[in-house]
Amino acid sequence: MDFSLTREQQLAKEMLEKFVENEVRPIAAEIDETEEFPIETVKKMARLGMMGIPFEREIGGAGGDFITYIMAVEELAKACATTSVVLSAHTSLCCWPIYAYGTDEQKAKYLPKLLKGEHLGAFALTEPNAGTDAASQQTTAKLEGDYYTLNGSKVFITNGGYADIFIVFAMTDRSKGTKGISAFIVEKGFEGFSLGKIEDKMGIRASSTAELIFKDCKVPKENLLGKEGIGFKIAMSTLDGGRIGIAAQALGIAEGALNEAVKYMKERKQFGKPIATFQGLQFYIADMATRVEAAKNLVYKAAWKKQTGQNYSLDAAMAKLYASETAMYVTTKAVQIFGGYGFTKDYPVERMMRDAKITEIYEGTSEVQKMVISANILK
Amino acid sequence: MNILVFIKQVPDTNEVRIDPKTGTLIRDGVPSIINPDDKNAIEEALRIKEEHGAKVTVVTMGPPQAEKALREALAMGVDEAVLLTDRAFAGADTWATSLVLAKAAEKLGYDLIFAGRQAIDGDTAQVGPEIAEHLNLPQVTYVEKVEVLDGKVRVRRAMEDGYETLLVKTPCLLTCIKELNNPRYMNIYDIFTCYAKEIKKMGIDDLGLDKEEVGLVGSPTKVKKSFTKGPKAQGEKFDVPPHEAATIVCEKLKGMHLI
Ligand SMILES: Cc1cc2nc3c(=O)[nH]c(=O)nc-3n(C[C@H](O)[C@H](O)[C@H](O)COP(=O)(O)OP(=O)(O)OC[C@H]3O[C@@H](n4cnc5c(N)ncnc54)[C@H](O)[C@@H]3O)c2cc1C
Ligand SMILES: Cc1cc2nc3c(=O)[nH]c(=O)nc-3n(C[C@H](O)[C@H](O)[C@H](O)COP(=O)(O)OP(=O)(O)OC[C@H]3O[C@@H](n4cnc5c(N)ncnc54)[C@H](O)[C@@H]3O)c2cc1C
Repeated sequence: MDFSLTREQQLAKEMLEKFVENEVRPIAAEIDETEEFPIETVKKMARLGMMGIPFEREIGGAGGDFITYIMAVEELAKACATTSVVLSAHTSLCCWPIYAYGTDEQKAKYLPKLLKGEHLGAFALTEPNAGTDAASQQTTAKLEGDYYTLNGSKVFITNGGYADIFIVFAMTDRSKGTKGISAFIVEKGFEGFSLGKIEDKMGIRASSTAELIFKDCKVPKENLLGKEGIGFKIAMSTLDGGRIGIAAQALGIAEGALNEAVKYMKERKQFGKPIATFQGLQFYIADMATRVEAAKNLVYKAAWKKQTGQNYSLDAAMAKLYASETAMYVTTKAVQIFGGYGFTKDYPVERMMRDAKITEIYEGTSEVQKMVISANILK
Repeated sequence: MNILVFIKQVPDTNEVRIDPKTGTLIRDGVPSIINPDDKNAIEEALRIKEEHGAKVTVVTMGPPQAEKALREALAMGVDEAVLLTDRAFAGADTWATSLVLAKAAEKLGYDLIFAGRQAIDGDTAQVGPEIAEHLNLPQVTYVEKVEVLDGKVRVRRAMEDGYETLLVKTPCLLTCIKELNNPRYMNIYDIFTCYAKEIKKMGIDDLGLDKEEVGLVGSPTKVKKSFTKGPKAQGEKFDVPPHEAATIVCEKLKGMHLI
């Protein structure tokens, strides 16, 4: 067994840490306040190959590996959960399904620009009435000549307001239930496709969470992803991988909050000494650090399994469940350690606590992860 | 155009400790980085490459571990890397260091040479200028702007109270300061190929140098003693009018036999 990073991963970590300190951390609080999507940061990330880390160079990727991509999400999340989910949704939820299910023509057409970060990607499954119950899709797609006509709407779509390419799910044959769902590659400019409401959120506030509206939207039939009827399978397998990204985001948030708490405990004095000398708080740190370490092991084990071609669906669900709960636990404790100051916007821990919550909800709520885990175990 | 960039691996701290017995730097336990000015040198070479086309080669003299600095430079996008390493090079002063670097430059060929102004550990700012002298090349130090023209470069040299603009024939050597540019980060593309690239290694024989010319033996500088400044004792404070203060100061200085 070997837990060490490769030389390449080590260099990548050094680069990511510098990038985050110089380019991401300084604006994290500001974009949380203004809700301004970090488009300039995305452009900087693109120049460094960060928008296509785990994909081969031949198709426009950066030639890195999955573990390095997970590390990038984690490092970004230590300072800014918003920026990390932009990367995670783009890579795991848009680039990956095209890579895994696309035809050679689709890959050649869409991947180079996506992987170089010239285009941003998004994934549109959730609907007002199809959340956890994603199979009850109301959006329909009807083949008419050379086009599918899409009608319906999607909600809560990450990167929605800024994405160029969307993976959109719709019913092609309602009589077949989940086997009647299909996936499509939809471009921003397609006729009949428009943006609706942009959500005002508790956390990850600068990530653009948008409603998508399809009104007789014409999608060329060659933009069907995979075959008709395998849309649900595409969605579920995409989310299996995406969950490792969200788990890494949760892990990064927890690590970021732990670091802040440790730093503050050494500086803040009460009763004439640093609060770090109080055993009550020391025990918090012990619990926080232990859970972070456990989460980290789950996240990297799942990432390693994916990278080495093993079945990772159970590991991904466990990693996401535990890392997101850890993020909530650690950020809540961090605010506690900061006392009243932690409750103000003068320190980053209140933002981290707000950001942590979403990791228990999207890409399958904690309840859904437990369904996946128990179904795997009880089968 | 062939551009050589001399880079030095330095400990990641401004507080280098010195072994009081040997007078050499203690490097154990301190993470190593590319000397900051040298990153500006790399960035400028890469910028010129992107604008005009060039082959950029980084060169360092150091122990085998200095390879890490070269890999980092490759991960920033330089084309080739050369490690000058030999037991005989150990303990070199700036003269012996610059001689080895100059010989390497001769062997490798160049149209333009960049060095950092100053290394954050040795701190002498002598190596760049000395390489130029060994090679009999024009040199400009404290460079904060470079423009490549036909057969020459226009460079801006920072002065304490302004700058000089100089037109210099190539080949020449320029030493870089941090005002020159913003060094780029390593990038994922080059990080994942940098270890597959071969690093050219050259020792004393490859450079055609004698043992007497290099390393500690070839170093005219003799370090008699080096020490860290001890902390100053706390001063005495007198809250008195100026004329009384003057008397007190004179008495004290007399007492110490300084006046
Ligand atoms: C900021 C943000 C970004 C998002 N990004 C995307 C995106 O990019 N693409 C996308 O497609 N979607 C996205 N979503 C949607 C997200 O995945 C859903 O919100 C999530 O799946 C839950 O669905 P819901 O909100 O409809 O909740 P519901 O499904 O209504 O769930 C309500 C509660 O009931 C629980 N519950 C539901 N069913 C069961 C059951 N059978 N057993 C036990 N408990 C159950 C849930 O766990 C939850 O606690 C995003 C959401 C948010 C808030
Ligand atoms: C007697 C003596 C013994 C010494 N022994 C040791 C020793 O055992 N170990 C040790 O580490 N140091 C030793 N030194 C220090 C050594 O002389 C200097 O570190 C070295 O010569 C470079 O000088 P500098 O650091 O002042 O570089 P500067 O002149 O400040 O550097 C300017 C620029 O020159 C280039 N440059 C400098 N050094 C190199 C290099 N090695 N490779 C490529 N480019 C370079 C870089 O571009 C750098 O930015 C010794 C010095 C003396 C006087």
